[in-house]
Amino acid sequence: MSVLVYTESDQGVLKKAALEVASYAKAIANKLNTTVTAVAINANNTDTLSKYGVDKILNISSTELENFNAKGYADALKQAAEKAEAKVVVLSSSANSKYLAPLLSINLDAGYVSNVVEVPTEVAPLTVKRSAFTNKAFEIAQINSDIKIIGLSNNAFGLVETSADTTTEDFTPALSNLGVTVDAVDKASDKVTIADADIVVSAGRGLKGPENWGMIEELADVLGAATACSKPVSDLGWRPHGEHVGQTGKPVATNLYIAIGISGAIQHLAGVSASKIKVVINTDPEAPFFKAADYGVVGDAFTVIPELITKLKAFKAQ
Amino acid sequence: MNILVCISHVPDTTSKINFTDNDTTFDTNGVQFVINPNDEFGLTRAMWFKEKQGAKVTVINVGGAETEPTLRKALAIGADAAIRINTAATDGLTVAKQIANVIKNDNYDLIISGRESIDYNGGMVPGMIAALIDANFVNTCTSLEIDGTQAKATREIDGGIERITTSLPLVIGGQKGLVEESDLKIPNMRGIMMARKKPLQVVEPIESSAKSNSIKFEKPAAKGAVTLVDANNLDELINLLHNEAKAI
Ligand SMILES: Cc1cc2nc3c(=O)[nH]c(=O)nc-3n(C[C@H](O)[C@H](O)[C@H](O)COP(=O)(O)OP(=O)(O)OC[C@H]3O[C@@H](n4cnc5c(N)ncnc54)[C@H](O)[C@@H]3O)c2cc1C
Ligand SMILES: Nc1ncnc2c1ncn2[C@@H]1O[C@H](COP(=O)(O)O)[C@@H](O)[C@H]1O
Repeated sequence: MSVLVYTESDQGVLKKAALEVASYAKAIANKLNTTVTAVAINANNTDTLSKYGVDKILNISSTELENFNAKGYADALKQAAEKAEAKVVVLSSSANSKYLAPLLSINLDAGYVSNVVEVPTEVAPLTVKRSAFTNKAFEIAQINSDIKIIGLSNNAFGLVETSADTTTEDFTPALSNLGVTVDAVDKASDKVTIADADIVVSAGRGLKGPENWGMIEELADVLGAATACSKPVSDLGWRPHGEHVGQTGKPVATNLYIAIGISGAIQHLAGVSASKIKVVINTDPEAPFFKAADYGVVGDAFTVIPELITKLKAFKAQ
Repeated sequence: MNILVCISHVPDTTSKINFTDNDTTFDTNGVQFVINPNDEFGLTRAMWFKEKQGAKVTVINVGGAETEPTLRKALAIGADAAIRINTAATDGLTVAKQIANVIKNDNYDLIISGRESIDYNGGMVPGMIAALIDANFVNTCTSLEIDGTQAKATREIDGGIERITTSLPLVIGGQKGLVEESDLKIPNMRGIMMARKKPLQVVEPIESSAKSNSIKFEKPAAKGAVTLVDANNLDELINLLHNEAKAI
């Protein structure tokens, strides 16, 4: 028996989310008195996993799985779960993990609970807390199948170092027809993504027009942050759709969310409120976002942001 | 082409979320219900296929009689027929199994579902349906073209998009992008009148047992007051973010 964790990589490099789910799997394994088995697919180097409590790594290298394929990856994880005799499988909340998880749940005849925010409070029956109603509430849910799948919310648990004597084994799953072929991937490789970022800098209609986003990008650059925007901004075509965050856009659950010229409508707040620290910069002291913020600056973005950039550069240079 | 659109009946995005019965049940008092936004994009794309390429569009919901106005709305928007599977949507797996059973009897080429529902946020129904009926599956789908039995789709990934080729039968988890927001259809008077005459079939559920269940709900802890920093003292903001929040 073991807790199985899918440790995702991007272009061969393990993602930060992989270390987070490994840390979380270790916490569950401790409660169950068992070990952690990680599955890595086409990762070049998995050494760091031994710092996060992983006892065993099943290493899959496969040209067929070079592009992400939900069915193929779910097939591989199913076989890995059987090999490890896993009773609990842990996944992240990346777009790819959320894509494959429901398939895996049917393959393994396992109950699946997504958006989990804490270590299970009980193990028999396995009881977890998850976010629901787009962060407006939490649900306490029980999973009562033999095998259980947990999807962990981004940044909900954090990284916890535990050293382990890790063994690695090559593993070759049998793959069935993949059904879906990737023709092209359009992805800016030099930019931090909203899902993976520690800091997100987001701007709204208060910025007046797309020509004013230079300072937003510069601020994001200085902070090593991803950029995001409110819904009207992407609807107006000022920014790409992929940057739209909120209830109907991408969810944001980051350490620091900086909202500039965003009023804080309920649909926007719902999607970003899982972020730990929220900073609001807005000319209107009555903007609803201030009620949901940790820190606020009442001021004009066109003077505050350039000055903040200068000061942050000086701070970073120290 | 035979298209099935899964419609989840959810509280309007502006709803206040409260619970009753010792926090075990969502309080529907005063809540306005709507078609899940992700499903609205999918339904409009289905109408596009119907108009441009010819298709029969059926909408389906798993739920009690209270969801019928939402299905009628989908009929008023232009769907040809509606099915309600008469059982509570207790968890994603139950919903997927009930819908998969209807699909096995009726043979749909394309099943359009939403990436996630804004109430439960499970993000599981479309993928589970695909696995149960062994169809191809594209999640977070932002564009879809069909030519015969071939399909071209775009999928949103973390930090970009992927272009995909696949084939029917196909299930998608759709979202914004499938159609332009400005093309979303609002039912007009004629649509509403016609919807009254369209078939809304109530189907009894098959046996299925849930693998997860909801125990209770909690509301997030109330937020403390905001710390305001003077716009002329941004050093203080940096200091707070570094030393107090430890966020930079
Ligand atoms: C079904 C539905 C779903 C929705 N989903 C989403 C969603 O997912 N995400 C989302 O974001 N929205 C969503 N919305 C829209 C939402 O209701 C708001 O309309 C939207 O969030 C407002 O965007 P905004 O704050 O950028 O613009 P506005 O509301 O116009 O706010 C602009 C803000 O900028 C401030 N400002 C102006 N000038 C300056 C300046 N020089 N410096 C600093 N501040 C300035 C103003 O004081 C104001 O607070 C949804 C709406 C509906 C109906
Ligand atoms: N009760 C339901 N009846 C019909 N379709 C549903 C139901 N619940 C969810 N769905 C579909 O599944 C999608 C994802 O829902 P969920 O897995 O609950 O996040 C929704 O956008 C709907 O298309």
